[in-house]
Amino acid sequence: MQDIKTENRLNDGIETAEEFEVRSLDAMCINESHLTHKWYHNLKYMVVGIAFGIVFIKAEIISWFRIQEMFRFQSFHMFGVIGSAVMVGVISVLLIKKMNIKTIYGEVIEFHPKQFNKGQIYGGLLFGFGWAITGACPGPLFALVGSGATVIAVTLLSAIAGTWTYGYMREKLPH
Amino acid sequence: MLDILKNPWPWYVAGPLIGLTVPVLLIIGNKAFGISSSLRHICAACIPANIPFFKYEWKKEIWNLFFVGGILLGGFLAMSLLANPNPVEIHPNLASELSTYGITNFESMVPVDVFNWSTLLTLKGFIIMVFGGFLIGFGTRYAGGCTSGHAIMGLSTLQWPSLIATCCFMVGGIIMANWILPVILSL
Repeated sequence: MQDIKTENRLNDGIETAEEFEVRSLDAMCINESHLTHKWYHNLKYMVVGIAFGIVFIKAEIISWFRIQEMFRFQSFHMFGVIGSAVMVGVISVLLIKKMNIKTIYGEVIEFHPKQFNKGQIYGGLLFGFGWAITGACPGPLFALVGSGATVIAVTLLSAIAGTWTYGYMREKLPH
Repeated sequence: MLDILKNPWPWYVAGPLIGLTVPVLLIIGNKAFGISSSLRHICAACIPANIPFFKYEWKKEIWNLFFVGGILLGGFLAMSLLANPNPVEIHPNLASELSTYGITNFESMVPVDVFNWSTLLTLKGFIIMVFGGFLIGFGTRYAGGCTSGHAIMGLSTLQWPSLIATCCFMVGGIIMANWILPVILSL
């Protein structure tokens, strides 16, 4: 009965508050355009992704060696990359808020505050371990596979398995 | 000009470009920058298995899959068109430390002595490539984001939970790289 209800709600395309809550749990991307677009509107995100992937490779952010240097404090490179990215991000967000900049479709830009939970500590430490072992975070995994390091596809699949396992046992974990 | 593009880009070029992704994604479609959530959408799309955490309308988040697909393509393009002709330069202390584990090839983005198909089934290769990947997927979702979602998007919007998460990423990484990884690499 429960399942049929959920199915119906999913099919009618209207999201209830409860569904939004589930979808937004720990998700980074609950912002959405409230307009309906054809699928090819998504290609613009692919273009941004391509530019992003090129920067990843050319600045050696996906290099296992650069990550090792960062965690051993042997190089400023990665600290410079992350630090300046955050600076530009902070200024951009401030400008968007101050100048009330709209999206290209004229919508108001929304920000969703994150709630603190203990997952940010436990999960953060676990991700830190994985980052240092593999020398990659999720973005670089995709770029590395594209760059021809085919064996990283196994690491990427394993990351998907890790996400799935988290979803499977999430109720039993401290948050 | 092409030579400049082919050489490794300095941090003060790459960092601001990455930071600009935040306003670009917001302006072209009200999207919050985040990469690890793509892993969740893949689970929701392929193997939801009736788990509540994966029962949501993933099609609404499909932009994120286009985005990571683009990152993969960008990796391919940069490597085929703009490949750096020189080996990766690394810190001499790191080089000498790595050589004690038998890592002497610094020509690729990843040390091919460890990351290759034949070491995958050794204990060392399995821990590094399979278990390491698992920790990335499990940890990022547990933390609610990765370097992009917390460290860049979260800090850009001045959210203190993201600052805590980012500090934990760094602490975990420092512990692993300096004290645990050396043991794994010696296996």
